[in-house]
Amino acid sequence: MVATAEQTAEQAAPAAGRSLWADARRRFFRNRAALLGFVILVFVTAFALFGGALAQWSGEELDYAVMGQVAELGGPSLATGHYFGTDDLGRDLYARTVQGTQISLAVGVIGALIACVVGTLYGATAGYFGGRTDSVMMRLVDIFMAVPYMFILILLLVMYGRSITILFIGVGLISWMEMARIVRGQTLSLKGREFVEAARATGVSAPVIIARHIVPNLLGVIAVYATLLVPLMILTESFISFLGLGVQEPMTSLGALISEGAGTIAYGTTWQLGFPLLFFCLTLFGFFFVGDGLRDALDPKDR
Amino acid sequence: MALLDIDDLSVTFYTDDGPVHAVSDLDLSIDKGETLGIVGESGSGKSQTAFAIMGLLAGNGRTRGAVRFDGQDILGAAPKVINRLRARRIAMIFQDPMTSLNPYMRISDQMAEVLTLHEGLSKRDAVARSVEMLDAVRIPSARERISLYPHEFSGGMRQRVMIAMALLCKPDLLIADEPTTALDVTVQAQIMDLLGDLQRDLGMATILITHDLGVVAGFCDRVVVMYGGRVMEQGPVDPLFARPAHPYTRGLLGAVPRVDDADARMVAIPGNPPDMAAPPEGCPFRPRCGFAGDDCRTMPPLVAFGENRARACQRAVERVTA
Amino acid sequence: MTAPLLSVRDLRVTFPISRAGDMPWTPPRLLHAVNGVSFDLPHGETLGIVGESGCGKSSLARGLIRMVPSSGKVLWNGDTDLLGLSPRAMLKVRAQIQMVFQDPLASLNPRMTLGQIIGEPLRTHRPDFSAKNRRQAVAAMMERVGLLPQMINRYPHEFSGGQCQRIGIARALVIKPRLLICDEPVSALDVSIQAQVIDLLKDLQREMGLTMIFIAHDLSVVKTISDRVMVLYLGRMMEMAPKHALYADPQHPYTQALLSAVPIPDPVAERAKRVIPVEGDLPSPLAPPSGCVFRTRCPRAAPACAKEIPQAGDEAHRVACLFPGPVRAAERA
Repeated sequence: MVATAEQTAEQAAPAAGRSLWADARRRFFRNRAALLGFVILVFVTAFALFGGALAQWSGEELDYAVMGQVAELGGPSLATGHYFGTDDLGRDLYARTVQGTQISLAVGVIGALIACVVGTLYGATAGYFGGRTDSVMMRLVDIFMAVPYMFILILLLVMYGRSITILFIGVGLISWMEMARIVRGQTLSLKGREFVEAARATGVSAPVIIARHIVPNLLGVIAVYATLLVPLMILTESFISFLGLGVQEPMTSLGALISEGAGTIAYGTTWQLGFPLLFFCLTLFGFFFVGDGLRDALDPKDR
Repeated sequence: MALLDIDDLSVTFYTDDGPVHAVSDLDLSIDKGETLGIVGESGSGKSQTAFAIMGLLAGNGRTRGAVRFDGQDILGAAPKVINRLRARRIAMIFQDPMTSLNPYMRISDQMAEVLTLHEGLSKRDAVARSVEMLDAVRIPSARERISLYPHEFSGGMRQRVMIAMALLCKPDLLIADEPTTALDVTVQAQIMDLLGDLQRDLGMATILITHDLGVVAGFCDRVVVMYGGRVMEQGPVDPLFARPAHPYTRGLLGAVPRVDDADARMVAIPGNPPDMAAPPEGCPFRPRCGFAGDDCRTMPPLVAFGENRARACQRAVERVTA
Repeated sequence: MTAPLLSVRDLRVTFPISRAGDMPWTPPRLLHAVNGVSFDLPHGETLGIVGESGCGKSSLARGLIRMVPSSGKVLWNGDTDLLGLSPRAMLKVRAQIQMVFQDPLASLNPRMTLGQIIGEPLRTHRPDFSAKNRRQAVAAMMERVGLLPQMINRYPHEFSGGQCQRIGIARALVIKPRLLICDEPVSALDVSIQAQVIDLLKDLQREMGLTMIFIAHDLSVVKTISDRVMVLYLGRMMEMAPKHALYADPQHPYTQALLSAVPIPDPVAERAKRVIPVEGDLPSPLAPPSGCVFRTRCPRAAPACAKEIPQAGDEAHRVACLFPGPVRAAERA
């Protein structure tokens, strides 16, 4: 048998292959905007996780020194230890922003995770089996999508009280449907590919084909969509919090902080809006840039 | 003077993985009314040569050298000049006719548009001329079918429509890039037959780009064999097919089974085609060549020999043809 | 006399085609991709199946192994009807019938390494193999098809088309099947690589005693590898004969036209050749012509051809035509 020059040059030990993931990573880190987004996200995450250690006040204590004169004394200052100033009640805004970022990130990431798991399984199953199964499953999604979910979510929050669990579940349950549709479409096109046909011809069973051949090839799309879904989840949470139905005091989220800050802007306490808004925007930008970068890196057509 | 004269043309694509030299130092000329075949496998640079002539290279492609059409340099020409040339004097047909037909427009409108735009004909005259052209490419009941949409034609008929559109302005040069690769063999025979007749009737020069040696044998006067972005051998078809003087041409002819041969023997060329992002040093065919030696690490120039033939190989002609 | 490995009787592959906008209860139109094909395939033989696009050659192969819904009889080894088997029993047979596909890269999962791809049939059919055994078998097979075993951890996109097709062949043969179905295995490959793959298939067939079905649209390629050749048109068999008989002395007007259209890479022979034209377009497979499906484009068509579906006999050279015979002078263009 003929070996090419390139083959004979190989050493005898099994060489590690360059997987598509490795290729994508290389392309991702070459993309400036994506890299910037990634750095921002790392910063925001580090802020949410470890920012509390730098705080000199807890988010729940009231600073009686500034109470009542927040507009004059509660501004951002290293001397008082309120790096971001205080809120209207005299609580440390730095500590509250750390906590708000934590909650917002958690809502976004957990919501997106629920969407990924449920949406992928649902969509891949519908797409792979096709025919009647597919029709029934996707019509169900159509029906769910026709439900005014924001209304239902608000109703749930009103009925069962403002709990963070309900918020997580509600946001996650809404978001899986779009994911299911995307995954189903991708599965339909993957199903027609010859490597799936090859597995079927060999006699590989349907669940194994889905797990071994379909889902790994969907991961790129899922990763991209999930990254773009996180900011949407954060926006949804903020919207609900803005309405006053989100997380309950003394817990807070970026949306709730922005809402408070916007309410008191008339008194000249611009920092109360500015700092939460800054982190909110940074997070959204970060996710959008990373999502775009992932899409470019994972899309083979780009080459 | 040659109709088209390509002088030292190089085409390089700048990609994320570094520059890819698709075509290197290509010299080529075609006379009025001549049929030239460019044969090569994938990655040989044959299509990129055509795209470079037409100014249709992808955005990351850069050219070097000169391409002169009727004495006028077209590589450096203004887009307006190239557009005029493309519209009236050089036409191109592609492998997949659907890529060049607008699926949302009737054939009549697409064809008439060309004529009203470039020849200033009225819509009525333009449609009449288009019908004549469809008749010329032997589309049955052309008058009725001209008002159909592209998807209402079969693959072979679509390619005929493409040819008719390409020939509307009676070009001096037709470039056909794998015009029959997507078609069935019986349809291919019809299309090649049609192209041959039209070429003779209109007297236009034709460049046929293909990987199919059989199609070249039946259609062309002269053939250029490309490999790894370079010309390996060129010359009139008869002597080139009968006594190939380059190891690659010889290998290629041996690797194609002949349906008229009792056992349709084929002899494989060992190895794989070159990776154009990291081409071998010197002659691109060197790693697969049975005649290769250390002197092949420098690319031999294209040297003329015999009757109008030329080849780029270090070995003596007699050794290769033996 | 031993029974043929595969004995196919009246195989039909039918696809329901529902148009967009149809109500769920509207009966779909039926597309007969394969319409009553019968043949025997003896052990160790290679059957070439040729035809133009839409003739049903791929559906035929997929119908045999129930990749698409099919009816008729497919006797395996003379006793087992594949089309009547339970899914569990069919799984056992699948280990003995493997397939090689047209697009070398698309037929390999881009997220799996060579070891995982080639090992998949073993994982499915040989649960008794340990991971180590499997790796050894895969490495041995890779070596056999001309791939270096140390490439076992590489991914398909790192290989050229020809090498990918070797991977596909290794995957098909690693569980030592008895029947190998090749669906256009070389048509996506460069000319200089085609011969390598054909040589490899021929060698492996001899070594492993394989029986093969080789599907292609290129009549010259089919000629190099087949013992017998079947010509399909619009889902029906037109002619089937031992290779030399079919190419040297075709009896069916369609085979004759098809052969005459193949370009020959020799200017002298190509200019001397006379093409028998096939007029018009391929009829829609949703509404094939009555009687002989080729009659609408056939130079010999007579009124009788519209009434009767010509049947091929049982002789060695089978022709489904009412007026078989060598090319007539008037038929050449």
